[in-house]
Amino acid sequence: MAKDASTSAQGDLVLSNLTKSFGDFVAVDDLNLTIPQGKFFALLGPSGCGKTTTLRMIAGLEEPTNGKISIGNTDITYAKPYNRPVNTVFQNYALFPHLTIFENIAFGLRRRGIKDVDAQVKKVLELVELPHLADRKPNQLSGGQQQRIAVARAIVNRPALLLLDEPLGALDLKLRRQMQIELKWIQTEIGITFVHVTHDQEEAMTMADTIAVMNKGKIEQMGTPEELYDSPKSAYVANFLGQSNLIAGEVEGNDGENSIVNIKGNKVSVPKNRINSANKSVLVGVRPEKFRIVASGKNTSGNILNGGKVSDVSYTGVSTQYQVEMPWGQELMVFEQNDDNEPMLRKGELVTLSWEPVFTFALDGSENVRAGA
Amino acid sequence: MAIFRTTATKFKSPVNRKSLFPYLLLAPGLLYLAIFFLAPIATLGQMSTKTKNSDGVTYSQVFRFQNYIDAFLQSKEQFARSFLYGLLATILALAIAYPLAYGIAFKAGRFKNVLLVLIVAPFFTSFLLRTIAWKQILGEEGPVIKVFRALHIIGPTTSLTASAFAVVTGLTYNFLPFMTLPLYASLERIDPRTLEASGDLYANGFTTFRKVTVPLSMPGVVAGTLLTFIPAAGDYINAAILGNPDTKMLGNVIDARFFRIVDYPTAAALSFTLMAAILILVTIYIRRAGTEELV
Ligand SMILES: Nc1ncnc2c1ncn2[C@@H]1O[C@H](COP(=O)(O)OP(=O)(O)OP(=O)(O)O)[C@@H](O)[C@H]1O
Ligand SMILES: [Mg+2]
Repeated sequence: MAKDASTSAQGDLVLSNLTKSFGDFVAVDDLNLTIPQGKFFALLGPSGCGKTTTLRMIAGLEEPTNGKISIGNTDITYAKPYNRPVNTVFQNYALFPHLTIFENIAFGLRRRGIKDVDAQVKKVLELVELPHLADRKPNQLSGGQQQRIAVARAIVNRPALLLLDEPLGALDLKLRRQMQIELKWIQTEIGITFVHVTHDQEEAMTMADTIAVMNKGKIEQMGTPEELYDSPKSAYVANFLGQSNLIAGEVEGNDGENSIVNIKGNKVSVPKNRINSANKSVLVGVRPEKFRIVASGKNTSGNILNGGKVSDVSYTGVSTQYQVEMPWGQELMVFEQNDDNEPMLRKGELVTLSWEPVFTFALDGSENVRAGA
Repeated sequence: MAIFRTTATKFKSPVNRKSLFPYLLLAPGLLYLAIFFLAPIATLGQMSTKTKNSDGVTYSQVFRFQNYIDAFLQSKEQFARSFLYGLLATILALAIAYPLAYGIAFKAGRFKNVLLVLIVAPFFTSFLLRTIAWKQILGEEGPVIKVFRALHIIGPTTSLTASAFAVVTGLTYNFLPFMTLPLYASLERIDPRTLEASGDLYANGFTTFRKVTVPLSMPGVVAGTLLTFIPAAGDYINAAILGNPDTKMLGNVIDARFFRIVDYPTAAALSFTLMAAILILVTIYIRRAGTEELV
């Protein structure tokens, strides 16, 4: 592939102290991260947390207020967008309305004087399963089709780095899952680095090698999907990625690998390496699906919380979701797989909750239980 | 947990009979066109094939189509000039208006509205007055001629007034807003994100302008050039005030035939010829610009 020197940078994407302010408002606040070459990186966060702004700075569409962006050894902080080995799938597609789908996709290839435009465009159209639309104009396509063309228009260039700003937002669930698999396949196949912005946590979890959870212009936590899910380091991440029950308690002692935490008189074990608090007072975290729920008085093992009362039951097919009111007034969420013949517990019934200590994490007790929920 | 049920809201389908409402809306406009456009055109058409009676006042209908050939042969120079000047003025206006409209649409920020008002502001004074003002601007005492002489663009004895230059300048000036406003409207409509996408896809600023901005502004270019060319080609005031006998346009001939020589059939035949010529040109132009797909 013909590439001029300026667009041929290869290597890890490194953001150092990257900051962007709009007037007084800091949209991206001192971001530091390294995205290894060829990895699938997901940027996850609520609306307005600065995801698009971060991507725009990497693409060169927004000039950072401060900090540095580099790919490998090439500093691209102030390089023009057209001189970066970066392509973007825009949040709103931004297809060229005056060009056919074919020409939209061919645009980047033609600008770089690539020879077999025809073959490459056709190939990528096959990939997004829309070869029959080549001669249409963008406004003759559905939203989902436009979105897939936007993806095609970017990946056909095989950039070192592909930025995707919620590229699957307009697709229905089935097509979305299919495109996720497709994108993941493309990414591993051609080995380019993907930075994928989404607020669909499931999408981030299934696709990404690394996820960064962003909040108010800062990265709250970064790690593999398992790390983030099993050992969130803040209430924000615990609540934003999936659901969490966060229960206040006091660390009272040790038992080998575990710390003993007192939750309103119930002693529970928490693996020491999953405790992310310097304080004695902690928030014990348990994911709803990790709880076992049994009628009060029945035998159970592991960490045990007694005296719960079912306050709400809803049946969702694969699981039953219980809301359990604890003696200290807190409502806990329990997801129980419908994989046995146990009768469903009824509203008002007294129950005992239990779970395996390895499924526990603990956060600093001063954190806001509801952050990120 | 709450169970969400989609409530199928049934909207009453609109009464299924042909509504007269659209026709009522169209009626005033159609009536206006019938009375003030179609009827005069018909009269004009009738007049164009009449001849003057020997009394020198009345006309009789003899279906003399030779009128057209005579009229055309008598004034083919002015005819050609009309189109040449109209074309020059259109090209100049486009060259001036495009950067202007582009600047207002993309770079003006909060001054956008002020600038748009300024574009229209000249209309608050009379067309005639503004044209006469150009005599002063281009005249011996004006600033333009001094600059031109100082730069040796023209010799010390050449003057700018009463010239083809003055006529084209006047036409360009007078129809500039008609070029600027549609251009602005189409540039303003361009989604800046498509321009960003172009940059992202390896097009530099100039290529983006050529490949994205210009094609997307074509509806404005077509509308602006039509709104400039059509009235400019038919204009006679600029040639009358800023020109000389050798810069007369077809409008001036029609004016003279109607009001000075009082030769209605020739004037009518010329009017028709001009109209037909413009119509043909415009049709070819729109076909070639292929704007149907753009607007
Ligand atoms: N040009 C701008 N001028 C002023 N503020 C801006 C500008 N662009 C973005 N912002 C602000 O910066 C913040 C981050 O915006 P950004 O578009 O990066 O959010 P996001 O994380 O992509 O959100 P979403 O998920 O809704 O797309 C927002 O509060 C937004 O209002
Ligand atoms: Mg965004």
